[in-house]
Amino acid sequence: MQLAIVVPGPLEPAPVLGLHAPDGFLSVPVAAAMWVVAIIVIAISVRRASRTFDERAVPLMGVTAAFIFAAQMINFPVLGGTSGHLLGAVLAAVLLGPWAGTLVMASVIAVQALLFQDGGLLAMGANIVNMGLVGTIGGYAIYRAVARALGGEERSRLPAAAVAAWSAVMLGAAATSLELAVSGTTTLAVVLPAMLGTHTLIGIGEALITVGALALIGSARPDLLRLRDSGPLAATNEHPTLEPSES
Amino acid sequence: MIRRYWWLAGLAVAVVVVVMLAPLASSDPDGLERVAIDAGFAEQGTDASFQILPDYSVPFLGEGPLSLVAAGLIGVVLVFAAVWLLGRLLAHRSRPTD
Repeated sequence: MQLAIVVPGPLEPAPVLGLHAPDGFLSVPVAAAMWVVAIIVIAISVRRASRTFDERAVPLMGVTAAFIFAAQMINFPVLGGTSGHLLGAVLAAVLLGPWAGTLVMASVIAVQALLFQDGGLLAMGANIVNMGLVGTIGGYAIYRAVARALGGEERSRLPAAAVAAWSAVMLGAAATSLELAVSGTTTLAVVLPAMLGTHTLIGIGEALITVGALALIGSARPDLLRLRDSGPLAATNEHPTLEPSES
Repeated sequence: MIRRYWWLAGLAVAVVVVVMLAPLASSDPDGLERVAIDAGFAEQGTDASFQILPDYSVPFLGEGPLSLVAAGLIGVVLVFAAVWLLGRLLAHRSRPTD
């Protein structure tokens, strides 16, 4: 019978990809708390993103999500028999702004858990926070700050994105460590240095892919890099824009 | 045409990533899994109680590059369609009611 459904053995360790936590790593209260955080931020994102959203940004949302899903399948090797893959949250936020970017990341992580059993259902809230919100909100704030410090986004998009992408991976690894420690799965003293250690290198991969994708878009369709600020998404992103004065 | 349908090129990039790179992806434990193994809590992870395309494979294609690529392409199309639909709903919500 070749069509047998694969039933995992009871002792088989659950496969884990990237920062995707399976169920069982986090205690139920911690996982539930992370679900609450995720739902609140998603609700805010829906409100903020829909305030002035228009059709022009829809294809960019779809393509960004499809690329991030595809890229998350590609585990690249880092030192010590360890691998990592793109998270993509900073890429999504730089292209779409933090609110639409958050919705893209939550969608990708939901599809991974529901269809591909990549990341647990109870742990999905934590996964959305660690791999999504930390980057789309925190990473994006770092991106804006670095871009401003380096003389504006047009001039320093790529270095700012590199710093933000690396930082988002480290912050996501730190958040995951904290959740594991609060869950009683392990101690912070054990897990935090280990997580930051492996993700220092994974973050460099994140920065390279993020910069590569933005550079590619910048050379092929630079107008897409301005879509966030020039029209449909502008008013959802908290910084001054050059809107035509029509009142 | 090209300006309007640029998203097809973007989608093609995602397809190429799955077809060309997914079979070459490292199967080493990733960051969290490495730490879980080293710190001794890897076996606490539990498998999902249901399986649809488990671990990026299509069940009737078994395991291997073909199954991986097929599952990945299904995922790319589904994620793209789902987020496109989400975007349309957001755009619709934002339209002034008149």
